[in-house]
Amino acid sequence: MGILDKAFLKSLWVFHLATGSCNNCDIEFLDCLTPRHDIERFGMLLVGSIKHADVLLVTGAVNRQCIPRIKRLYEQMPKPRLVVAIGECALSRGVFMHSYNCPLPLDHVIPVDVYIPGCPPRPEAIISGIMQLIEKRKGQPDEAKA
Amino acid sequence: MNRQEILQGLHERFPEDITNVFEKSAKRVYIEIKAGVIVQMAQYLFKEIGARFNIASGVDNRDNMEILYHFTEETIDLVISLRVTLQKTKLEIDSLTPVFPAAQWIEQEIHELLGINFIGHPQLKRLLLPEDWPEGVHPLRKDYKEWDPNAIRDRGV
Amino acid sequence: MPRTIIPIGPYHPLQEEPEFFILTVEGETVVDIDLRMGYNHRGIEKLCERQAYDQVTFVVERVCGICSTSHPFAYTQAVEDILSVEAPPRARYIRTITAEGERIHSHLLWLGLAGHFLGYNTIFMWCWKLREEILDVMEILSGNRNNYAMFKVGGVWRDIKAEDIPTVLKKIDSIIPTLEKLKKAVMDDPVLHARTKGIGILSKEAAINYCALGPTARASGIARDIRKNCPYGAYAEIDWEMIVAQNGDVFDKVVVRINELFESIKIIKACLTRLPQGEIDCGIEDIPPGEGIGHIEAPRGECFHYVRSDGTNRPVRHKIRAPTFMNLPTFKETVIGGSIPDAAIILAAIDPCYCCTERMAVLNRKGEKLFTGEDLIKLSQEKTEKIKSKMGRK
Repeated sequence: MGILDKAFLKSLWVFHLATGSCNNCDIEFLDCLTPRHDIERFGMLLVGSIKHADVLLVTGAVNRQCIPRIKRLYEQMPKPRLVVAIGECALSRGVFMHSYNCPLPLDHVIPVDVYIPGCPPRPEAIISGIMQLIEKRKGQPDEAKA
Repeated sequence: MNRQEILQGLHERFPEDITNVFEKSAKRVYIEIKAGVIVQMAQYLFKEIGARFNIASGVDNRDNMEILYHFTEETIDLVISLRVTLQKTKLEIDSLTPVFPAAQWIEQEIHELLGINFIGHPQLKRLLLPEDWPEGVHPLRKDYKEWDPNAIRDRGV
Repeated sequence: MPRTIIPIGPYHPLQEEPEFFILTVEGETVVDIDLRMGYNHRGIEKLCERQAYDQVTFVVERVCGICSTSHPFAYTQAVEDILSVEAPPRARYIRTITAEGERIHSHLLWLGLAGHFLGYNTIFMWCWKLREEILDVMEILSGNRNNYAMFKVGGVWRDIKAEDIPTVLKKIDSIIPTLEKLKKAVMDDPVLHARTKGIGILSKEAAINYCALGPTARASGIARDIRKNCPYGAYAEIDWEMIVAQNGDVFDKVVVRINELFESIKIIKACLTRLPQGEIDCGIEDIPPGEGIGHIEAPRGECFHYVRSDGTNRPVRHKIRAPTFMNLPTFKETVIGGSIPDAAIILAAIDPCYCCTERMAVLNRKGEKLFTGEDLIKLSQEKTEKIKSKMGRK
């Protein structure tokens, strides 16, 4: 593990993006920040600008108006970068699969590193998912990292 | 004002324009009216009786379209729904936005999703659908068909 | 004075849903506001037309995660209105308990976020910690923290076990002292008074004209609560009070919500202790042709559903009207004339399902960026700091 990765994985800064979700996943993620779950003990911090972020958390059944904006945000994100899809909607659009306004699942729009299933996933599941992402990244050879 | 007085008042004010009254239950009344009087009738219900405008719901019946304007008179727990039928050849009706601003958004929405034109609405622009949505495609119509060849409708497993 | 356009949104890290506001300002004063919706439009009304009546409850549950009881509640009321039946008493009580539990967690959530916008992160953390207790209660009663899946046309899916009731009552009692402390901390704080009193006033006339709902209307002196005016569930059989305040400013909206928390606790406790025995489902099989309306009081206001049936197993038309749809346009009344730092809390005060107050950029007329970032909230928090130091507190 190089020095870059060591610094990168020590403290992941997270940017949260709702793309037409029902709020539940977003709120369960916010719950992770509050005293009972306290995700900051893993060095994670919610940031307000994509340009400061290491991780892009995406919730919701990607709708038409969001697709170009997701792509733009992903392009603006500094490398190294990771994408986490939270909840059934971000995975496969869930009950919204046949909606006229949700044409594509998230992984057809941007590449996704970790999928956290659930409707909504519990805060524990979200924390566990992100920890698994860190573990996975640690085990990867350097050239595989973009 | 009780239920009987409201219905009587409506009959006295608009004797020609009410085509049918359906009293479904103690809390629900559906009144079919002619499209031309919707503004006066809404004004009467909202301003004089003091009923609250709930929402309007547009329905596509395949051969014609309906708009239901729901009003609630809270003091007596009564929902009054005014039913207007529009022919598909002439999908337009007077806007209620000049009477009360609460109608602005729902008229925009019905215009967008069902393609009904509201005469006198201050800004009939897009409310919900994206900018690249094709003109003239209204998703809540019964004959709506998928127009996007790129859309994926399976879970990929 | 030159006019400046401030776009707010559509994406921001703390609030839940994307929304795009365009504030036009002259100096520090907001002179116009416009907004663009649709970042969240999922075509649920159309989706409901392809689901069977039992499945629709689960789709409408996902209209909004925080209102995941209100929409199924209104929908089941609407279908029961087509049939002219009422759910059995035990089911009505269970529904009421679920709805009130949701109201408590929703109001606490809002209070926390409002505290954050004003720079009181302590309130944010406290409220969300308390909210966890309520989520635990909901988990005991329904098996899930959110999306309870309790509602069924004609009744509820799941009964409340007798052995769970003492645990739930104990848990609910345990949050009351903290809630009292929180109430005092919010109501007696002179800095909070300075930030919220007389800010973003919605007059009674405007509230009537915009058909404002829920706490937004009740803070403006309108006694409008569907639970009282058009009783449903078990509300007519339980003793509780409607909270109404007179000024219509942000402070009164806070007061209404905090006092409602205590009323909701009262309702839950009364329902649990008086829970009648009997069936929880009246066994509805076919839905005849017809149309029905259901409306209930969600945490944010009246939630309205209209369902039309043609005798098949799926609805022909399902119209959903969430409370924010009527409350959101009141921004035109409340934000205009205020200053930019106040816009954050005014926009948040109606508890919108979408509130984009973070991640904005200030542009000058050429569209050139002057300053960017999370500054709307920062501005709001700085104003609180200024008031604090003026009052000699730190």
